[in-house]
Amino acid sequence: MANKLKLAIYWAAACGGCDVAILDTDEKILNIAEAADIVLWPIAMDFKYEDLYKMEPGSIDVCLYNGAVRTSEQEELARALRDRSNVMVAFGACASWGGIPGLANLVTREEIFNTVYKETVTTINEDDIRPATNYQGSHGELHLPKIYDRVWSLDQVVDVDYYVPGCPPTPETIWTAVEAIVTGNLPPKGSVIGGTKSLCDTCEREKTEKKITQFKRPFEIIADPKKCLLEQGLVCCGPVTRDGCGHRCTNNNMPCRGCYGPSEKVNDQGARLLNAIASIMDVKDEKSAAELAATWEDPAGTAYRFGLPKSLIFDYKKGGK
Amino acid sequence: MSENFEPKILGILCNWCSYAGADLAGTSRLKYPANIRIVRVMCSGRVEPTLILKAFQEGADGVLVSGCHPGDCHYVDGNIKTLRRTPLISRLLTQIGIEPERFKQVWVSASEGEKFGKIVEQMVEDIKKIGPYQKKTGDALDTVAHEVYQSTKEVAATGEEGGSHCG
Repeated sequence: MANKLKLAIYWAAACGGCDVAILDTDEKILNIAEAADIVLWPIAMDFKYEDLYKMEPGSIDVCLYNGAVRTSEQEELARALRDRSNVMVAFGACASWGGIPGLANLVTREEIFNTVYKETVTTINEDDIRPATNYQGSHGELHLPKIYDRVWSLDQVVDVDYYVPGCPPTPETIWTAVEAIVTGNLPPKGSVIGGTKSLCDTCEREKTEKKITQFKRPFEIIADPKKCLLEQGLVCCGPVTRDGCGHRCTNNNMPCRGCYGPSEKVNDQGARLLNAIASIMDVKDEKSAAELAATWEDPAGTAYRFGLPKSLIFDYKKGGK
Repeated sequence: MSENFEPKILGILCNWCSYAGADLAGTSRLKYPANIRIVRVMCSGRVEPTLILKAFQEGADGVLVSGCHPGDCHYVDGNIKTLRRTPLISRLLTQIGIEPERFKQVWVSASEGEKFGKIVEQMVEDIKKIGPYQKKTGDALDTVAHEVYQSTKEVAATGEEGGSHCG
């Protein structure tokens, strides 16, 4: 019992899919339970933050932190867990690069509040009540977490040892990570648990000379299951995305969404994807280039679907403390 | 916005046409704003979007990319790659909240020194109107950090109190 691994699992700005993915390891979850003592896992068990605060620094062996950092509560927990954990793992795309919640950086906090608390037709909010950090209730004053201006990835807030990519990470990836931790056979700090090549590199679809004459969205066509998806006009993030996911999307005739993050030599997934796409656009003059580019519905949302907070424009260390 | 804001503009110019054009502006002793910092590259076609984003991350207020006119490329079709990228980059920057005035892609030949000066002048004027580029670092960090620090101190204080009484 004393030798058991002390494991903390925390969720922040995430959908909960990462927690479910841990359960998705099927019967292997029993091995995890055998090897580890869970000291914090809000989605599955009842723990209080107080208990966490009472723990000594270094008393947690591994913390799997999933979700991006959007509120002061999430930041505080990230810092508290970092102080007490020997190994901090950014678990899933949101913790690693901001993920889907990170797309909120495309707009300001005020715009989001306006949409949610004012402009949607089903909202009735005559007093214009907005989220506040203090609330005077009948039983005293309540303190609530502050919502930050923008979304942060975990490594912009605290030091991160390993990244487990994916939305959610596949059971195979999770198992590789758990096995490495349990056996103590750890890769160098800062490693991403996944492949080293790009998804295109290991993709078995037939590739000929690539040319895009019109951008299409997945619902508009039924893609040829043998041919490269880019050649068919679908924006596939394969050229810039890390492999290791088992090609789940492309095997099911859907373009890669980029959830395994930038591949080894790519530092800005979106910008590099833009570059790759531009190089295969079948145009030779400015006018037709502008026309063709306009048929791509949402370049930022597609190129940075999982990594906006870690794009160069947003990649700053969060100060404070 | 301060009255005497002087924007920093990064100019990425191709070796064969635009850099020579800028050089001509210099040797002809044309006057144009000194706000532009020029980096020479072999071809505008090698200016990938990452470089433009990096410039903004480092605090540039604007980025100007300039190459040979289409058809005049030293490498035949290097600037065709540039013209394909430009509309995508413009849309991406607008979407992520960088004003369109801050990124410009133009064609300047080796004989167009005057044109180059005018382009820079216009760009400086446009950027002065919209003000300095705000790095996307979110909240005023000090105030947030202070608030968080205060709330953790409250939690810690109540926790300790409970503990000592029990003991």
